[in-house]
Amino acid sequence: MAVETQGARSREGDWHRNSRARQARERIIKFLLTACAYVSIFTTIGIVVVLFEETLRFFLDVSIVEFLTTTRWAPQQGDFGVLPLVYGTLMATFIAIAVALPVGLLTAIYLSEYAPKRLRRWLKPALEILAGVPTVVYGYFALTFITPFFRDSVLPGIGSFNALAAGLIMGVMIIPTVASVSEDAIYAVPRSLREGAYALGATKRETATKIVVPAALSGIVAAVILGISRAIGETMIVTIAMGSQPNFGGSPTESMQAMTAYIVQVVGGETPRGSITFESIFAVGSALFLMTLALNLASYWFVRRFREIY
Amino acid sequence: METKKTREGRGVSEVSDERREVRPETGGAAPGGGSTLGMKIENLAAFYGSFRAVTDISMDIQANKVTALIGPSGCGKSTFIRCLNRMHEVIPGARAEGKVALGEQDIYAKNSDPVVIRRRVGMVFQKPNPFSKSIYDNVAWGAKINGFRGNVDELVERSLRQAALWDEVKDRLKESGFGLSGGQQQRLCIARTLAVEPEVILMDEPASALDPVSTQKIEDTMSELKKSYTVVIVTHNMQQAARISDYTGFFYIENMGDPGHLWEFDETEKIFSNPDRKETEDYVTGRFG
Repeated sequence: MAVETQGARSREGDWHRNSRARQARERIIKFLLTACAYVSIFTTIGIVVVLFEETLRFFLDVSIVEFLTTTRWAPQQGDFGVLPLVYGTLMATFIAIAVALPVGLLTAIYLSEYAPKRLRRWLKPALEILAGVPTVVYGYFALTFITPFFRDSVLPGIGSFNALAAGLIMGVMIIPTVASVSEDAIYAVPRSLREGAYALGATKRETATKIVVPAALSGIVAAVILGISRAIGETMIVTIAMGSQPNFGGSPTESMQAMTAYIVQVVGGETPRGSITFESIFAVGSALFLMTLALNLASYWFVRRFREIY
Repeated sequence: METKKTREGRGVSEVSDERREVRPETGGAAPGGGSTLGMKIENLAAFYGSFRAVTDISMDIQANKVTALIGPSGCGKSTFIRCLNRMHEVIPGARAEGKVALGEQDIYAKNSDPVVIRRRVGMVFQKPNPFSKSIYDNVAWGAKINGFRGNVDELVERSLRQAALWDEVKDRLKESGFGLSGGQQQRLCIARTLAVEPEVILMDEPASALDPVSTQKIEDTMSELKKSYTVVIVTHNMQQAARISDYTGFFYIENMGDPGHLWEFDETEKIFSNPDRKETEDYVTGRFG
């Protein structure tokens, strides 16, 4: 009864929504959105295909066992043991994380737990500006300031190019990443957990280090892995400040070549396309890709495995 | 850092010495008529920034009794209870004025350390908030940071038994506290509070997020707890207040936006059968709120 009255009141002629045109619009929108999403997927697939295709061609000439196990990298002499390049990359990464993990984590704890609200509001964006400094600037800073500083003070024997300065400055570069991402994780720990600790007579320090940080652990690990990924893939700093000497087992004060730096050297040099030396950069690139992929998967697994549901 | 730690450590041990002297007296006097004083609150007011949330609260909380606080939502019960162990000030901009005596100590005096106060006055929250640790460590952690040197295994078992949780978790003490049901988590939080051996236990609607069976278990725990502890509980459930408490305080706001007042405070039986003020009667008989 009531429904009929309602229907009688609204006149047919007043309503003009064209449902066919609307459906067409919906379809177009959906198509555009899907297409955008697929652009990045197809690009990634394309890159991986090209990378592995060229890599495969390289491994027709050089045995993969030699590539992965021998320790001399001298393409001109036909020695293709990738380990010296991996060593350079890992050395710089290790030094970088040794800087960025403690500084970044302590910064995150300070920002989230101790900093007054107003300070936090401008300190966090300021920190993120540090991430916006071009890496080429960091590289020259390491080469022209950090290395001479070490030579004039504690390490007179340090090389002009060395892993120590490059690694340290790379650590500074990834501090914002580590600090910002772990701060998000720490800040997201609910207040109720902190109050639970305070209510037992815990001090602020005990609450922050023993309750809040463990609760945010999965996010912190993700932050550190993200930092490591950035350090492994970082190119300009190691190219400028660490040198181009493949060096297996060398000390951090010596020059060594990172995987990315080798690729830059070959691409920027006179090496003819199609030569085995040129193809070797794809093999090195694949190795680099697999390293960061493994890290990202580890991070993904860790976050899912250890995330706390509040 | 180190000196601070020793200072805290000594503060805690002084507290336990003091309690060792006080406890037997309390234990002796309580069964008689319950005339021993647990906490004495005088002219307490609590603020959020410049907003006065509760005001002019004076009440005596009897030792080894359960004191329930009831009243409509938003009238300051939770704010008030958080003032009793200096948890209110943890919220940025929040502060309290007035006097709250715990034994000889005014907890708002200049020389009083909130860290020591919170250990003596424990708190169980509305929503279970176990730490991301094992069941065992959830209970043991508070004791450890407070410098407990005794047998931790024994302490954990005793606390879990008091919270009526031991039988359900004794075979999985190493598992995460998050794996427990809501009611079990809340009893874990009670056990955690008991493990630091406070004098007073504050409970802020401890059963409001739980099902009736879990609520029943928490209530049973409470009647057990008052043998050795002074309990103050905020509840929205009037039957619960009537069932478990010895004293009841009714909080009320006359006009929206005014601070909350302690409207009436008396023995539970009197509040529920023959209160002095009309608003109290209207509330307990379910006419509003």
